[in-house]
Amino acid sequence: MTNHWLRCMHGILIRETLRFFQQRERFLAALVRPLVWLIVFAAGFRTALGLSIIDPYTTYIPYEVYIVPGLAAMVILFNGMQSSLSLVYDREMGSMRMLLTTPLPRWYLIFCRLLAGSFVSILQVYAFLLIALAFGVDLPVSGLIAVLPSLLLGGLMLGSLGLVLAAAIKQLENFAGIMNFVIFPMFFLSSALYPLWKMQETSETLYWICQINPFTHVVEFIRFSLYWQAAPAHLGWSLLAFVLFAGAALWIYSPARGLRGGGGGPPGR
Amino acid sequence: MSPILSIAGVSHHYGAKQALNDVSFEVRKGSFALLLGPNGAGKSTLYTLLTQLLPLQAGRIAIAGHDISTAPRAALAGLGIVFQAQTLDLDLSVEQNLRYFARLRGMSGKDASRRIDAQLERLSLSDRRRDRVRALNGGHRRRLEIARALLHQPQVLLLDEPTVGLDIPTRQRIVDDVHDLASDGQATVLWATHLIDEARAGDRIVLLHQGAVRTQGEARALLDEHDCDDLATLFNQLTERKPQAPLKGLTRQDAGGAA
Repeated sequence: MTNHWLRCMHGILIRETLRFFQQRERFLAALVRPLVWLIVFAAGFRTALGLSIIDPYTTYIPYEVYIVPGLAAMVILFNGMQSSLSLVYDREMGSMRMLLTTPLPRWYLIFCRLLAGSFVSILQVYAFLLIALAFGVDLPVSGLIAVLPSLLLGGLMLGSLGLVLAAAIKQLENFAGIMNFVIFPMFFLSSALYPLWKMQETSETLYWICQINPFTHVVEFIRFSLYWQAAPAHLGWSLLAFVLFAGAALWIYSPARGLRGGGGGPPGR
Repeated sequence: MSPILSIAGVSHHYGAKQALNDVSFEVRKGSFALLLGPNGAGKSTLYTLLTQLLPLQAGRIAIAGHDISTAPRAALAGLGIVFQAQTLDLDLSVEQNLRYFARLRGMSGKDASRRIDAQLERLSLSDRRRDRVRALNGGHRRRLEIARALLHQPQVLLLDEPTVGLDIPTRQRIVDDVHDLASDGQATVLWATHLIDEARAGDRIVLLHQGAVRTQGEARALLDEHDCDDLATLFNQLTERKPQAPLKGLTRQDAGGAA
């Protein structure tokens, strides 16, 4: 890889990080959202929801320990969608054009954008995990290192999905639909808030929907990684979803399709 | 002198709508070429093809000898681009915007610093380097975009309606600045506009209308050739428009041609 490629990646990483820290409200929202779930929601549910001993846990755990991986994944999910929102903004503001006229392969530029989005997600997840530890949630500290690859894969996979969705969104105003039709169903139809056997007790159909939801596998991959346990099935499903979403994103943003699919005039106007 | 930008037989359509029809022209090194045409003439479509944001459907485009179909990245590397829509990051400072672009173009930190200093100085933006772009007025933003487009010392500078929305003195200053760039030999310029008063006597003009080139040549020669007293008349004649006061654009008198 030449210096140009590395400098380009460095530039995109720095730009996304600067933008994130300069939008203080976004940073605060990213932290407050999972903390509200952890402190308020978990406090209410810890007595209502009985948890049996399930992998990777070796003993009974309080509910707030159970939902931490799900909330970490929620941070990535929201950030992945936020990243797609920022892509629509970039397209409307024209900065996407500038990026795509960089003399490097289109796939590489898209990958750098994904990586930068994942990097910002990981920063937020670590901030959340440190605050959770400070609040006394019992997490293995060494697991903070082991969890990194799962956060990266989750960030790339959900970021790719965000890229695909961004191509389908014509205007920023349409982004609210993403909240209703993507973020909430993905989050609630997963193992983020309750183990899947609980869901199976209620509805076999919902259980299978949860099983094929790629977000479930990201949550579980994070959960197992946090406890230094291998989770090849969850890793495999997450990787497969990443390959599919990234493939779709690369196809959508390929030079042969222009800046955005469809016709009717110069793109990005 | 050999052309640094060569466009041959380029056609483009959006579905059933023909946006460009067999467009051909060349721009020679060190010259200032004005792509003149009313709104909807196909100027932005042509720029989108030049910058490879849309795939080329028919024809051939070569930039600094690199065919965009066979050597797309080499062709892009030779371009400095100022889009019609603003492409700056409003939340970043002037310097951060330039440094981001420098990294995208693969410049080392030291090289980037040197070139950023030089461009900011040249476009009188040095005292705004730490300001957020959001705090800049339209004229300063445009100058910043020009500074950014020149950072990697491109062989061809493309500007798509860069003065739209600016007041007359600011427009004038930007037009003069970019003409100076071409006359100093710092860049070859292709400037798209519908504003006829942005032309100078020595500019090469390519008049585009309804996706086709209606005429092309040096401004003063075109006035003589079409026996028009000013560019506005020529423009109206070739684009089948009614005369519009008060802009006349370049006159034969200004151009030093036959009165």
